[in-house]
Amino acid sequence: MTETSSNNGKETSAPSLHVAPAPHLFGKALTTRRMMLDVLIALTPLMATAIWVFHWYAVVQVGICVLTCVASEAAFTVVRRRSVSVGDLSAVVTGVILGLSLPWKAGWHVGVISSVVAIGIGKVIFGGLGHNIFNPAMVGRAFVTIAFPLALGSAGYVLADSSLNVVTQATPLTAAKQGGAIAPLWALLAGNVNGSLGETSAAACLLGGLYLCLRRSASWEIPAGSIVGLVLVGGIQNLVNSHEGFTVLHHLLGGAFLYGAFFIATDPVSSPLTHKGKWIYGFIFGVVVMLIRLFSGYPEGVQFTVLFVNGLAPLINRWTVPTPVGGPVPSPAGK
Amino acid sequence: MSSIATKTSGRTGRAGRTGQRTFARGVHPPGHKGPAADASIEVMPPPGELAIPLLQHLGAPCEAVVKPKQEVAAGEMLGKATSFISAPVHSPIAGAAQRASVATLPNGRHVKTIPVKAAGEQLSGRALWNDVLGGEWPADLDQYDAERILQAVQEAGIVGQGGAAFPTHVKLTLNENKPIDTIVVNGCECEPYLTADYRLMLEAPQPIIVGSRLAARAVRAKRIVVAIEDNKPLAIDAMRLAAGKSNVEVVPLKTKYPMGGERQTILASLGRKVPTGGLPLDVGVVVLNVGTAAAVARAVVRGKALTHRVVTVSGAGIVKPKNLLVPVGITYSELIDHCGGLTPDAARVLAGGPMMGFALGVMKTPVTKGTSGVTVLTHADVARAAETACVRCGRCVDVCPLGLVPTKIALASKHKDWDLARRYHIQACVECGCCAYACPSAIPLVQLMRTGKAELPRE
Repeated sequence: MTETSSNNGKETSAPSLHVAPAPHLFGKALTTRRMMLDVLIALTPLMATAIWVFHWYAVVQVGICVLTCVASEAAFTVVRRRSVSVGDLSAVVTGVILGLSLPWKAGWHVGVISSVVAIGIGKVIFGGLGHNIFNPAMVGRAFVTIAFPLALGSAGYVLADSSLNVVTQATPLTAAKQGGAIAPLWALLAGNVNGSLGETSAAACLLGGLYLCLRRSASWEIPAGSIVGLVLVGGIQNLVNSHEGFTVLHHLLGGAFLYGAFFIATDPVSSPLTHKGKWIYGFIFGVVVMLIRLFSGYPEGVQFTVLFVNGLAPLINRWTVPTPVGGPVPSPAGK
Repeated sequence: MSSIATKTSGRTGRAGRTGQRTFARGVHPPGHKGPAADASIEVMPPPGELAIPLLQHLGAPCEAVVKPKQEVAAGEMLGKATSFISAPVHSPIAGAAQRASVATLPNGRHVKTIPVKAAGEQLSGRALWNDVLGGEWPADLDQYDAERILQAVQEAGIVGQGGAAFPTHVKLTLNENKPIDTIVVNGCECEPYLTADYRLMLEAPQPIIVGSRLAARAVRAKRIVVAIEDNKPLAIDAMRLAAGKSNVEVVPLKTKYPMGGERQTILASLGRKVPTGGLPLDVGVVVLNVGTAAAVARAVVRGKALTHRVVTVSGAGIVKPKNLLVPVGITYSELIDHCGGLTPDAARVLAGGPMMGFALGVMKTPVTKGTSGVTVLTHADVARAAETACVRCGRCVDVCPLGLVPTKIALASKHKDWDLARRYHIQACVECGCCAYACPSAIPLVQLMRTGKAELPRE
């Protein structure tokens, strides 16, 4: 496309210029793909702990979910006659988060069905990446929780005569609810307790979560608000029932709370946009998780709480529209 | 070796507290001041022909007062102001006026121009420099009263040199209901690549100081503050030296984009918030660019009109980046040729800086009083991935200096949902470009907000 033009008697090839609107400079390091990659990197401590505690089962479960999520996304986008967008890694992230939230013992059909529902109903039906209201991984998991209650109930975690010692016991939260032995805090921190694949180690969740917040790929206000909410309700419960062994610290470190607060509630698409909104969202998340744990039949409340606060996010956005610096735009009459 | 620090030097003491030397949010694009920062201002040789646009300012266009073939002297008025918010235009060279023509300015407007063909002796080189910026400047300004200053500024056709080109005499007119207590002289130059204001502060600080003091006399302001970003330590020193014992204070501000936007400059240097939809005079402030201040000095002390200005020609796509003292009405192509021409990989020629500048489609466009620079970017500079869906990550909210939610406004604009756009304060947007700079999904946020504002139905 270059033409030659004479300039001062010399022949130079004219550069091909174009016009475009401002701004003409961009922060190049930031892409959606980079954010997804950060989430995957942040999940490696959890994956490592899962393999350490649950051995081969972790690899199989997460592997099935990731493969099915990617395949579903490819299939659904082809059906909708859109270009396949698997390269943006969002399906992989959904697959890993979903896989890590399942019990080790759930059969391959649980992984496959939850993945197909997560991508198909949690994401594609709404319009794909960026358009979903609810967290896709939790939509998938909620579906199989109700469809296969035994596989995902308390019994789905325990195998009394397994060679893997940790799965012969109930999960810490189930044990606390049914009056069994209280798991020691260090075990909740390190992760050699029973539970969903990714939730067992509080230390891994904190490590990965901190990385994510420092990289600004997750908003720190959400986990911060969640911890405040949980500690508030858990603290009150602790004071009222001080004879019970399961303290607020156990609630903080045990179960899927940290996993949910750092990795699931922080999904940007389904959470509010403003700083104030994120604090409120996190706070409600922490409070409702505790309420479900204390007052409902379920030992753990993270997945339903996530779906609940996802539904509240548009309302929270509306409540927390920030006022511009300099005040609101003056109405014509009031000028 | 660049003389401008590329990182904040931290010598501002209380840098970082909102309202004291900085403002919340904003972005930190790389400064790219290196190429032109050390190039001292070169006087452009007078061209054979100029085309002076009759609209170079915000406000009403001028009416021509010369006829074709009429002889004009350097500095003679070519077009007179037609309303209060308007400014006359003058010829930078001596010669003969031609028949009126039309030109398209970088912002897309078609304006009438008066071409002038050079004839006779022209000031050039050192002599021109001394006439515009050099020479002696008086320290005692008591002989100039407010009326005289205002009249000189209006007759000289002075408009804001920072880019908005608002007629300066309107800013300096006393308003009984809104008294002014501070003049802020804006030497921030937050746009990457531009160094015209920096070099002006280094090489001609005296007219800037004199002009600021004259402007303060005109509006009876007690305080004069020169705001300079802290990546220009040499300019801070030069201005402090030139200010001497006068009441002009030099205040270094944290280097951040858009520190040079007047709302942010006022917030950072004085801690005052200009009301949305309002002007600096609502908080008792008048903001003047350093170039405007120098032009005010020339107009009042020497009785000369605004005909020349300093322009930076920079960017990776220009062979030899320079700072030039140019006459208004010279074409962009002459500036580019004077700087060695475009490199083979040049992709976009911008009037202004890369954050808010307009891309030029035609190089034979005339430079106006508001042109601060020409930035030429290469294909590598502007390469961007394709636009993807908004994932509501909130980066745009994190960086908007006005505290808006750009993604929601852009969404409302795309779907023409004007209630939603108003609820998110679309009219408060100043189109600085921070949101689009930070967006990981390459969404053209500024363009969507601009079209939204344009299509917003009147209430």
